[in-house]
Amino acid sequence: MNWLLAVIQTLLFVALAPLLSGWLKWCKCHLQNRNAPSLLQPYRDLLKLIRKQPVVAEHASWIFTRSPYIIFSAMVLAASVVPLIALDLPTAASADVIVLVGFFAFARFFLALAGLDIGTAFGGMGSSREMTISSLAEPAMLMAVFTLTMTASTTNLSLAITHVLNEGLVLRPSFVFAMFALILVAIAETGRVPVDNPTTHLELTMIHEAMILEYSGRHLALIEWASQLKLMLYGVLIANIFLPWGIAQDFSFHALGYGLLAISCKLAALAIFLAISETLVAKMRLFRVQEYLSFAYLLGLLGMLSHIILEASR
Amino acid sequence: MNIEQQDFYTQAILSMAALVGLTSFLMLGQGRLLRLIFVFALQGLLLTLTTALAAYSLNSPHLYISAMMTLILKVIFIPWMLRRQVLLMNMHRDVEALKNNTAVMLGGAGLMVFSYYVLHPIVQTSSAIMLNALAVSLSVVLLGMLLMISHRQAVAHVVGFMAIENGLFFAAIVATKGMPMVVELGVAFDVLVAAVLFGIFFFHIRTSIDSLDVDRMNRLHEVDQ
Repeated sequence: MNWLLAVIQTLLFVALAPLLSGWLKWCKCHLQNRNAPSLLQPYRDLLKLIRKQPVVAEHASWIFTRSPYIIFSAMVLAASVVPLIALDLPTAASADVIVLVGFFAFARFFLALAGLDIGTAFGGMGSSREMTISSLAEPAMLMAVFTLTMTASTTNLSLAITHVLNEGLVLRPSFVFAMFALILVAIAETGRVPVDNPTTHLELTMIHEAMILEYSGRHLALIEWASQLKLMLYGVLIANIFLPWGIAQDFSFHALGYGLLAISCKLAALAIFLAISETLVAKMRLFRVQEYLSFAYLLGLLGMLSHIILEASR
Repeated sequence: MNIEQQDFYTQAILSMAALVGLTSFLMLGQGRLLRLIFVFALQGLLLTLTTALAAYSLNSPHLYISAMMTLILKVIFIPWMLRRQVLLMNMHRDVEALKNNTAVMLGGAGLMVFSYYVLHPIVQTSSAIMLNALAVSLSVVLLGMLLMISHRQAVAHVVGFMAIENGLFFAAIVATKGMPMVVELGVAFDVLVAAVLFGIFFFHIRTSIDSLDVDRMNRLHEVDQ
């Protein structure tokens, strides 16, 4: 029963990720006075891409053709670890938050490798930019995560969220810092506007797009789907770690439905926030990204410091 | 004593202290003058909220008056005046290139740890909240000094000076339930006069060396060489 629930939750993750990015696009279009596509447009795009025959470059090695599958399965595995609507699932117990960061790193490694594999100028450029950004973003993310795990004194996500839930409403300075740090890292890692623009094909601004420029057909569909999953994963992490109220603690039908409702509302609100910030903020130059990420690291460090200094017993 | 055992007031004060510390860090890394002044006003707003919170929970109504004074002086009047002067002198488009920004930020984090280290010996004689608030306010003072050292524009120096005053004010509110009203009025008046005087000095420095970059003062000589 528990395993069935875990599988259903993971499938829900995979199924809802395009809807989230459709909703994000819808909000953004309305904020910018454009006609929004329907919420189901990402599904249609994925379906169209899956139907098409993939065109692979002549010199592509096996890495190029296998990478989409590896990236997608790494993201699905990561999704199975993160509690979406219920805690205490068997998959969540088997892997902790450091493994989750490892899954992200694994997927990113293969994405960069695939970008290099084809040998075009754009692919290599995108890979090098992605690795630069992620090498700065990863310590910031780990800092933010460690603040949580030090508070809960466990690295298991589900146990940590249970700890936060059981304490009730406690104003923690460290969580404020860690949340801001995690939001900044999430924006950088999912390639959203101040760092990277997911909708452009300009040489100066491409990071994620440059790496996947050579992909087509079902390969491209899998990579797009994986990046939508990644966006949703970060959203769920932010929503469920720092505002965990509403998540199901037992497996009754009522609690699960309530958990689904709560997480959808939280994700919708987060997407609106992201759409507003993307409308207001301009894309920054590539060389200023390290300033942005060192600020995120500083926030994580301050969160850690204020946990040790302000909150821990003396 | 852990934070989850403290009452709500203590948690709120600690969160405010952390946010005040964060605004100090934000000021330290800011290259644009208008944004620097905005963050300074934000710090003033946090101080106002802290004072109002202290007044409510400690049941001492005279703190409402100092909250009002903080609101009027540090959130509205001084930022407005600094902003007007920056706009008048046409400096709002200048971006101050900070030399090794990251090192300054890490130095700031080091100063925060240092202020906790300094205040650690008084753990035995005071409550946890007082220790934390004092340490944060000491670090706000030190960060204000670092701001004055690392920036070159005279306007940034003034903001750093005011931030130092903010740190002292925060310590006074949290640790001793506010200073006596006379002292507070005197300090507020001093700050006001200082702000006006600084405004006059800006224009004098500007007319004599044609810039507000204080590094250029090093090159001043009494006689022409």
